[in-house]
Amino acid sequence: MAPASPLQVKIRTIELNVYYGYKHALQDVTVDIYANRVTAFIGPSGCGKSTFLRALNRMNELIPSARTTGRVEIDGINIYDPEVDVVQVRRRIGMVFQQWVPFPKSIYENIAFGLRLNGKPSKAELDAVVEHSLRRAALWDEVKDRLQHSALELSGGQQQRLCIARALAVNPEVLLMDEPCSALDPISTAKIEELIEELKHDYTIVIVTHNIQQAARISDYTGFFYLGRLVEYNRTRELFTNPQKRETEQYITGRFG
Amino acid sequence: MGRGSYGFRKEWSWYTLVGVAAISMTALAALAIVGLTLSLLGHFTLEGLPHVTWEFLTQPPRNNNTEGGIFPAIYGTVLLVVLMSLMGVPIGTATALYLSEYAREDSALTRWVRFGVNTLAGVPAIVFGLFGLGFFVQFLGKGIDRIFGLELVWGKPAIIWAAATMAVLTLPVVIVSVEEALRSVPRHLREAAFALGATRWQTIWHVVLPRALTGILTGSILAVSRGAGEVAPILFLGVAYSLPELPKGLTSQFMELGYHLYVLSTQSPDVETTRPLQYATTLVLLLTTFALNLSAVLLRLRLRRG
Repeated sequence: MAPASPLQVKIRTIELNVYYGYKHALQDVTVDIYANRVTAFIGPSGCGKSTFLRALNRMNELIPSARTTGRVEIDGINIYDPEVDVVQVRRRIGMVFQQWVPFPKSIYENIAFGLRLNGKPSKAELDAVVEHSLRRAALWDEVKDRLQHSALELSGGQQQRLCIARALAVNPEVLLMDEPCSALDPISTAKIEELIEELKHDYTIVIVTHNIQQAARISDYTGFFYLGRLVEYNRTRELFTNPQKRETEQYITGRFG
Repeated sequence: MGRGSYGFRKEWSWYTLVGVAAISMTALAALAIVGLTLSLLGHFTLEGLPHVTWEFLTQPPRNNNTEGGIFPAIYGTVLLVVLMSLMGVPIGTATALYLSEYAREDSALTRWVRFGVNTLAGVPAIVFGLFGLGFFVQFLGKGIDRIFGLELVWGKPAIIWAAATMAVLTLPVVIVSVEEALRSVPRHLREAAFALGATRWQTIWHVVLPRALTGILTGSILAVSRGAGEVAPILFLGVAYSLPELPKGLTSQFMELGYHLYVLSTQSPDVETTRPLQYATTLVLLLTTFALNLSAVLLRLRLRRG
């Protein structure tokens, strides 16, 4: 996995802390995430990796008890600055969830949704974006003859790719993926992994996964979370072949999980 | 019996008896519901149907309510229900939206709203009638007359105030059923919209409301149909003993099926002679309510398919 472009910091978190009520879910996370790379975060359930991901586009704010301190800088701008518009943040930082949820609309309308939120795009504009997004998500050939059908008719793997296409349609710079394959069969998983590999040329991809092998397969950088702390963060190959911390080694060799 | 199955053979015990008793009693209770419904419907259908004639449905009452039909009462009931829905459903939906989408569960305002909803739900219907007379007619109506210098137009019992009172009465049911419909929209769906940069209102308008629409409509119709047969809240609010003509506007008096039934069976000069009319009126009232319920069911089916 030879990175083509030079390393450039896209996201930098500085002493990022998240609390749910009295629970200190994420503790002092300081990390650089690089542009046009796939960065994976692994760790056992409840270790804070999803909380970390959701802090990167301020999704934690939807949980009433959540409180965040510290900084998350995207291209040097702190997205927690009071002057930053959360809606703009989420347009620039797309997200794909573990549980794919197409809107109960047609395939076409699912993709068009994000564009319609932001003004009145023309039919031609929409058509172009829908086709482009579906092609990028490697779904176009499977659905091009039934764009007006309900998105709920698609299979699970197709629905997840539709959700990726939907996120791509608003033209984000970063794609956050929260265990995107954990509910998919191996063939659909392989398709999505292939897609991630393809997308990193244009996007910065941050993926949270339960699956250690998946992180090893698709990512350039890997971080290991344990008990709310980022224990170790390194090039994926380094982290898997030569872990510096005992917990990391124990986790990736399957001694707990 | 082969030796192999010996250990699994059914044996009589007290538990068997308890089991049989439990099945019989619960089934009996369930059957009683069916029986009650059928006998109620059967009784009124058998006694009422022969008297539900075209004339009965399309003519006003004559000769001190002992002859003629009930058309003004049907018309008044439908108008009342429509006006009440136009006032109650939007306010109830807005309240439910606030509770489910905006309010924090632990805020003082949320607690007060919930306290209000629960209290309203427990207030007897006749109290709503008195409240309507005091608040809508005496305060609001008289106030409007005074401000616009009118001579007793709004400040008297009228169908608009009866409908407003009914709207307040059904409000708790509308709020609870709409809130339930809104809360049944999966959290994931909201998050997906937010993650695409939708504002809270865009999420509500484009994702939550369309998804909850069936529940909102059917809940509202059921709430409204529950209120449709109520007599007590409109007693002091312009419902008329007998009117040959239909209400001309929002400030007119009106006839109503439930009240008409009450009049026929208690205020008539000769209760015996009006008995066929009573049965027929009851049947029409029942059918009106059923029609509302049925429309809720059909709407649900239709929207689920579409």
